[in-house]
Amino acid sequence: MTEREIMEYDVIIVGAGPAGLSCAIRLKQKKPDLMVAVIEKSSEIGAHILSGAVIEPEPLDELLPGWREDPPNICIPVERDEIWLLSQKGRRRLPTPPQQKNHGNFIVSLGAMCAWLANKAEALEVDIFPGYAASEIRYTEEGAVGGVIIGDMGIGRDGQQKDTYMQGIEIHAPVTVLSEGVRGHLSKQLIRKFELDKHSDPQTYGIGMKELWRVKPGKSKPGLVQHTAGWPLDSHTYGGSFIYHLDKDRIAIGFVCGLDYQDPNFVPFEAFQQMKNHPMVHEMLEGGEILSSGARAIAEGGYQSLPKTEMPGAMIIGDSAGTLNVPKIKGTHQAMRCGILAADHLAETSGAAGFDAKLRESEVVRELYKVRNIRPAFYKGFWRGFVRAAIETVTAGKLPTTLSIHADDTSLQKLDGYTSPDRHWVDRDLPPRDRLASVYFAATAHDEDQPIHLQILEPDVCTSRCVKEYGNPCTRFCPAHVYEMVGEGPEMALQINSANCVHCKTCDIKDPYQIINWVTPEGGSGPNYQNM
Amino acid sequence: MSKILIIAEHDGSSLNNSTAKCVSCAQAIGGEIDIVVFGNGVDAIAAEAAKLDSVSKVLAVNAEHLAAPLAANWAAEALTLAANYSHVLGPSTTFGRDLMPRIAALAGVNQVSDIMAVNSPTSFKRPVYAGNAIVDVDVAGGAKVIATVRNASWKAAAEAGSASVEQAAASNSAASHTRYVGLESEGGERPDLQSANRVVSGGRALGSEESFELIYKLADKIGAGVGASRAAVDAAYCPNDMQVGQTGKIISPDLYMAFGISGAIQHVTGIKDAGTIVAVNKDSEAPIFEIADIGLVGDLFTVIPELENLLG
Amino acid sequence: MKILVGIKRVVDYNVRVRVLPDGSGVDTDGVKMSVNPFDEIALEEALRIREAGNADEVIVVSAGGDECQQQLRTGLAMGADRAIQIQTSESLQPLSVARAFLKIIEQEDPALVILGKQAIDDDNSQTAQMLAALWDRPQATFASKMVLNGTTAAVTREVDAGLETIEVDLPAVISVDLRMNEPRFVKLPDIMKAKRKPLDVVPLEELGVAIEGNIGVTNYAPPPQREKGIMVEDAAQLVQELKNRGLI
Repeated sequence: MTEREIMEYDVIIVGAGPAGLSCAIRLKQKKPDLMVAVIEKSSEIGAHILSGAVIEPEPLDELLPGWREDPPNICIPVERDEIWLLSQKGRRRLPTPPQQKNHGNFIVSLGAMCAWLANKAEALEVDIFPGYAASEIRYTEEGAVGGVIIGDMGIGRDGQQKDTYMQGIEIHAPVTVLSEGVRGHLSKQLIRKFELDKHSDPQTYGIGMKELWRVKPGKSKPGLVQHTAGWPLDSHTYGGSFIYHLDKDRIAIGFVCGLDYQDPNFVPFEAFQQMKNHPMVHEMLEGGEILSSGARAIAEGGYQSLPKTEMPGAMIIGDSAGTLNVPKIKGTHQAMRCGILAADHLAETSGAAGFDAKLRESEVVRELYKVRNIRPAFYKGFWRGFVRAAIETVTAGKLPTTLSIHADDTSLQKLDGYTSPDRHWVDRDLPPRDRLASVYFAATAHDEDQPIHLQILEPDVCTSRCVKEYGNPCTRFCPAHVYEMVGEGPEMALQINSANCVHCKTCDIKDPYQIINWVTPEGGSGPNYQNM
Repeated sequence: MSKILIIAEHDGSSLNNSTAKCVSCAQAIGGEIDIVVFGNGVDAIAAEAAKLDSVSKVLAVNAEHLAAPLAANWAAEALTLAANYSHVLGPSTTFGRDLMPRIAALAGVNQVSDIMAVNSPTSFKRPVYAGNAIVDVDVAGGAKVIATVRNASWKAAAEAGSASVEQAAASNSAASHTRYVGLESEGGERPDLQSANRVVSGGRALGSEESFELIYKLADKIGAGVGASRAAVDAAYCPNDMQVGQTGKIISPDLYMAFGISGAIQHVTGIKDAGTIVAVNKDSEAPIFEIADIGLVGDLFTVIPELENLLG
Repeated sequence: MKILVGIKRVVDYNVRVRVLPDGSGVDTDGVKMSVNPFDEIALEEALRIREAGNADEVIVVSAGGDECQQQLRTGLAMGADRAIQIQTSESLQPLSVARAFLKIIEQEDPALVILGKQAIDDDNSQTAQMLAALWDRPQATFASKMVLNGTTAAVTREVDAGLETIEVDLPAVISVDLRMNEPRFVKLPDIMKAKRKPLDVVPLEELGVAIEGNIGVTNYAPPPQREKGIMVEDAAQLVQELKNRGLI
């Protein structure tokens, strides 16, 4: 193995999402002479970004004061909010809680917005490198984080170097900023290595699935923001849908399920598809076509699950730490604020030390603290959660107790003795017919001749234990149909269709044995989301 | 009235049926249709061409340097003849795609590629973006129409004609800068998957590498190429250059027979331009039946042997 | 000797192409644009020839608006020495592109011009052949292998019947097919180096080229939807149906 080539920067940022890009922009605004690079595994900025999204504009106003004159592609002011409680055929309008009042906010495509932010960053001379995966941390001799190692490219499925083999370079920097989004694979390693979660609760997640539709003219009411709860979920499964009406006859529609669900037979993708077939939603979508689809995990643990966000040589920002505000269902403004805070801290001190304390005193954490009990309130089921959520909202989180957050991978009930609740699901007729058809619209692409990036750390477990205890739930919770059990009896084996992977990280999170380890595939692989 | 010249494709001994398809396209354009056969000792091929329906005249241009279809040589000859025609057509095969643009450039006009339908003598439909969009191409200002004809979109013209055959001498000498060395046929008799007119394809339901013999035998019986779904390739039942679909080959044979293939959209993307899709699958709910022209719900292990018997 | 490589900025091959509702084109709004995949293969071949010591300079050329500089920089990052943008905001048909390229050839005097066999947007597969015609030089299209022998090249072409080999005198125009090679990945440091390599902008008007506009492309429509056909009961009916349709 030859010595890797080295590039040096003052700051290396891993992940070109809203947190990472805001950090990069702010750094160059404050210290134009700093050498700043952003590494991004997707082939183009925004290609792996998937979010609702309704955003609060204040961090944008702070970072880029003139932005409203030159907004990103897809930026619609919110006109109206609606919250609906659905039953199989019916619906009831609920009053809009204060966190869901979106006046002054914008419906955006976060992917398009990140592409727009990246242009602003490049104009400030940030070096942005899409198509390269930061696959490992580079440690200094003292054991501090000293940069990242870019993944080797051109390795075959058998692990051998192909003709196109290119060794990944090392990027050395005194400060590495991890902004990989939810369940970043480097963040996961660092949290474990530096015991950053020693004093916090485990993180809890949801799976967010989304489709962008072009509907028949007149069906989309630009600026309308709708959320639903209730059907098609049961009262012990947290989640709901969002329906954001855009311009040009487009609707962004999606569904979030808490990954703390108990039912081993549950298929989150199917719940999403059921919701679309509710009469209220079906009417909007019928006759339309799907433009793009995909999925991504979201971080729901909030305040209690925030790990320590600094370690020697590095900081974790945005949803890699978990800054999303669950009752608002908004993480972008928090991620941006976090990125700006990180940049200000670095501009001032040139090092990671002290960032965590600043974060804990910032608006980012104040906001999380106020709503900290809302998500865990739902551990007792929908109605009790609803009541407690209302109380927490009215008291603005000032009650003295703090409920703890539980890990998701221990919540699945075993098959033996468990009966799935009747969710009153219907025969549905809207596309996509199944997960394979859905994944087509994610335009996900992986060179098939590369090592499988979903590592099964103890492969026997699938056929010796999991099949009996849980019935191989990975074949159900993956939104992209990556996992399949093929063959019967003694020939049964796990087949991993890794080329379908949309990098949502659900498997890494929900697997009850925690033996699935998601690592970066070859740089540039993965979804090619457009305007998601 | 249009005067159309078709440049015949042949292998030195017989006419390629792409020429008959050019005739169908010419019929749709309307007008007088002539065929020119370039080569060396091509009188028999010219006679074959003369049998094609609606052809007025076949020109046989024999010359030693025209034996191999080198674009530099044939284009020079075609240019000389083109002066007398409003339309010059060639097939959209590797032969025609190599030759026709050279003629168009020499004639000083843009070329229309891959005609799939004729709107009028100067307006045509063709696929772009790998068939994800169909466009109208209009030739303006009385310019000569030099075009290639999309093989998969046209039926071969019938052999119902009796055109006159004329001999003509080559008007140009060999372009010395290009020399033909040789042709290596793809190993074996089976047509190449990418360009085969018929393809027999198998999916994961075949269950094993050995079972794929069923596919190969049926393909050989009808002179077809062989393909497979990604699932079959992933299960190592056959080599990956047989994969048809989004991440494999995109093909447009006249006949595509899919055995034990469910028809996921990723596979269907690879065959959306096929002429006729036949699907045999045990599962009546398989998505492939939604797009198959002829569907049969049945066990391929029964159906394939039955087909072989019936095909004699 | 110099090698000229033509590259084109096209919609990335992973993009799900959609026709605009008014039929004026395909939706390229916010869509990823890349170097035409066959052009990358062309460039890779040129770089290998230079690395083998048989060429001194590889020049990438593209005709288009300033956006195509992004693709030219990718070419430079892959290893090209110099880039030339033929600057025009017009959408050019292949004949006009070929005429413009010929002007650059007259300036640069390359021994080889390598292009991709077709662009994945228009799927025309014409530029290489037209360029060879105008230049009055050999063409070797759909090439999957090329062996240089001093002043000649033996080129193996992928044709329907198999693999055809021809020998051409240099200078010549080659168009490459998929199996010619697998393009290299770009090393990160080379992206930085590419920013400093020369990129010359030549306005199309300065080349004195006659734009041939005799073809108009309109009415972009989605492909016809395949509908469900008929069901047959057994193999016998299937065979009958196929015979009726003249398919076997």
